[in-house]
Amino acid sequence: MSSRFREHLEEALFPPLVALLVALICGDLLIMSYGQSPATVYRLLLEGTWGNAYGFGQVLYKATTLIFTGLSVSLAIRAGLFNVGAESQLAAGGFVAALVGLGLSPSMPGILAIPLCLLAAAIGGSIVGAIPGWLKVKYGAHEVIVTIMLNFVVLALLNYIVAAKIHVPETLHTPEIRAGGIARLDSFIPAFHGSAANLSILIALVTAAAVWVYLFKSKRGFEMRAVGLQPEAAEYGGVSVGGIWMRAMILSGAIAGLGGINYVLGYKQYYEEGFAGGAGFLGIAVALVGRNHPLGVVLAALFFATLSQGGLAIHAFVPKQMVEVLQGVVILAVAMSVPEVRRALRQARKPVAA
Amino acid sequence: MTGSATALGEREKYAIRMTGIDKTFGAVRANRGASLEVRPSEIHALVGENGAGKSTLMKILGGLQAPDAGTMEVNGRDVTGWSTSEAIAAGIGVVHQHFMLVPTLTVAENIVLGMEPVKGMRFDYAAAVAQVEKLSKETGLAVPADRKVAELSVGEAQRVEILKTLYRGAKILVLDEPTAVLSPPEVRELWTVLRGLRDAGGTIVLITHRLDEVVEISDAITVMRAGQTVERLTTSGTTPAQIARAMVGREVALTSRDEASALGAPLTGEIEPGFHPSDDMTSAIRVADLVVIGSRNTRVVDGVTFSIRPGEILGIAGVEGNGQTELIEALAGLRPLESGTIRINGHDVTQENVAERRQAGLSHIPEDRHHRGLILDYSVTDNLVLGRQEEFGSRRGMLNGDRIRENSKAQIAEFDIRPPDGEIAARNLSGGNQQKIVIAREMGQSFGVLLASQPTRGVDVGAIEFIHTRLREARAEGKAILLVSAELKEVLALSDRVAVMYRGKFSKIIPAAEASEESLGEYMTGSKKEDAA
Repeated sequence: MSSRFREHLEEALFPPLVALLVALICGDLLIMSYGQSPATVYRLLLEGTWGNAYGFGQVLYKATTLIFTGLSVSLAIRAGLFNVGAESQLAAGGFVAALVGLGLSPSMPGILAIPLCLLAAAIGGSIVGAIPGWLKVKYGAHEVIVTIMLNFVVLALLNYIVAAKIHVPETLHTPEIRAGGIARLDSFIPAFHGSAANLSILIALVTAAAVWVYLFKSKRGFEMRAVGLQPEAAEYGGVSVGGIWMRAMILSGAIAGLGGINYVLGYKQYYEEGFAGGAGFLGIAVALVGRNHPLGVVLAALFFATLSQGGLAIHAFVPKQMVEVLQGVVILAVAMSVPEVRRALRQARKPVAA
Repeated sequence: MTGSATALGEREKYAIRMTGIDKTFGAVRANRGASLEVRPSEIHALVGENGAGKSTLMKILGGLQAPDAGTMEVNGRDVTGWSTSEAIAAGIGVVHQHFMLVPTLTVAENIVLGMEPVKGMRFDYAAAVAQVEKLSKETGLAVPADRKVAELSVGEAQRVEILKTLYRGAKILVLDEPTAVLSPPEVRELWTVLRGLRDAGGTIVLITHRLDEVVEISDAITVMRAGQTVERLTTSGTTPAQIARAMVGREVALTSRDEASALGAPLTGEIEPGFHPSDDMTSAIRVADLVVIGSRNTRVVDGVTFSIRPGEILGIAGVEGNGQTELIEALAGLRPLESGTIRINGHDVTQENVAERRQAGLSHIPEDRHHRGLILDYSVTDNLVLGRQEEFGSRRGMLNGDRIRENSKAQIAEFDIRPPDGEIAARNLSGGNQQKIVIAREMGQSFGVLLASQPTRGVDVGAIEFIHTRLREARAEGKAILLVSAELKEVLALSDRVAVMYRGKFSKIIPAAEASEESLGEYMTGSKKEDAA
């Protein structure tokens, strides 16, 4: 059994590690093209992130949102769906959570207010996720197209509501919420002072554990993975494929929506236009590098958060866009090496017969 | 010089001459010294059971595959192992069973695709339409040149395929089961066209299962069996029965019914000749007037009625593609019914879904284990509970891992699945062992009715014997089994009664004791018709 386990682990880790190596080599070449020493730049990158409490706090903060969006994308992929809408699901979750936080009485204790706001975030995201799910099941509309288009619609709608109805004058954000705020880590560990890291990271980790149990230990997860791998065989096994797709999109949206709490409840205490800032899209890369496994997603989220925060630390030596190039290289390298993607590409190459 | 001239004359007698063709795929010898001789300007029928090697031979002719051994000549020229483009240039046109058309383009665009008429730099669509209409008129293949292929009927799409090959200058036309998808009037139209092409000097090779068609349309016949050419006949004076005998061979059935009793499986009582479903209140499954509409809007299952008693195997014989797949899927709940009723153990399941029918006591060995029967990336252990997830779950929605592993261990041992390791992905097992997973899951649980579709397809001899034994044991335990198999011998060896399915209907239900391969073969190919009801 243990050797089998090691085999699985190797198979799971190998592609991302190779991708990382390729990215490092590309990074070296880039850094040298700026006339800098790769060793110095990488040292700075690490010192600016894992090397001090503030930097580490920022990594945790950035990783939190990515864990949620990465889990959201992974869950959908497990059901055979490609959810490109995590960006707007994330925004909608944050928005609805902020609305509920604004509406609650300031005297309401956190133990009541926080769960209500979490629920609101999940519902907000799940509504945005349910639409492409329903359109796919009912009319066969492809979820990739619908989620992409819905991103524009939902983000524009949220911006409109905030700008027209509830923003604080001269700003793009809502007033501060009165209840449901999540404590920052620096209120327990002073060293984190100034970083946005907050207890949402724990909720993210609990969510990752819950997704793992759901996918690998529950009946519904068994059915969901079956639908993702072979819908015809799942159907033969008595599983309603449409029902699973609907469920997967609702759950995927709910998880992305929950990601909104990190910024809205944990950091700023208000909803601000554009707060998602691409974390939904980066969730796709996190899912890919994390091989759609909750543990992998957590690690990949930490990795991408490190790159993103590290970009700031090395800005004095090389443009911070360099880390974006590195991100791109990692994604490409993983995409070419993971079996899931290779299989999808193979299928796309198959000729179509009328 | 004179010698070679005579040889040349001898050679030119044939439009196609293939000799001693061998072709092996892995362990399968698709062609073993197969030969084919087709004279110019004749319609030549190539017949044989599934897997007899007809399609492989035609793929070699069309240049899609190179033969391992043997020679081929077209119009006297040695063309052994040529490429598809060489074959097309030499005037060979192949019309595949599955159409290769671009649905969003018009008929004219599809036909000229790759050889478009141009005006300067631009595609001259008007010229394309004119050329297609001219060709259409010359050949009698009526097609709407301006319509999108997606809007065409199957018959029209097929005509477009034929025109496509003719547009490329085909003089030798190969048609792979062209009538499988056509309605009778469309078939008659096709015959008129093919005769016209022949009379204009074309040569046609027709692959088909339907012997009445062979006799009607062809000038000469080549019969293949197990990769070899077993007979060459001139059509005039040949009867479908003669062809059927050549197709199935003369060997006696492998396993006899005596063997079943030797195994201790008591055969259920005498089969009443006047048996009628409504007479029997004890039937385990009762199906009445089942109609299923297929993807092409045809009645693929067209009013099928039957019932099976506990402890009885009803075998369905028939050439594949006559509605067996759709019938089984409709019974399992995987395909919507147009009309009809299904009762399992007296319980009407017509409106129920797959899971509910499983609850009602239905087990199903699907014909395609890679597509439906297994999730190839799931472990053997997980595959052994596919469709039984409710049974192995708790009320809170969790799966009981311990019970799932116990079940796996027990079934791997009982059904001798190798290697005996539940954690391996099903993908990595051999075909026979993969099939054993399906058999173990579907027969290792409590059930009343089993749909067994091609239960031994692609498995080795040892596994076949094992599966047959399990089926007989299940019958002895009082299960009702509906068996569909492309292997006539298997149907005859296992069944108590045999139904022949032809074009969506049961053309005949007879006690297996009264059936022989030859008599069934005639019903299977439609050369003899009799309504079961």
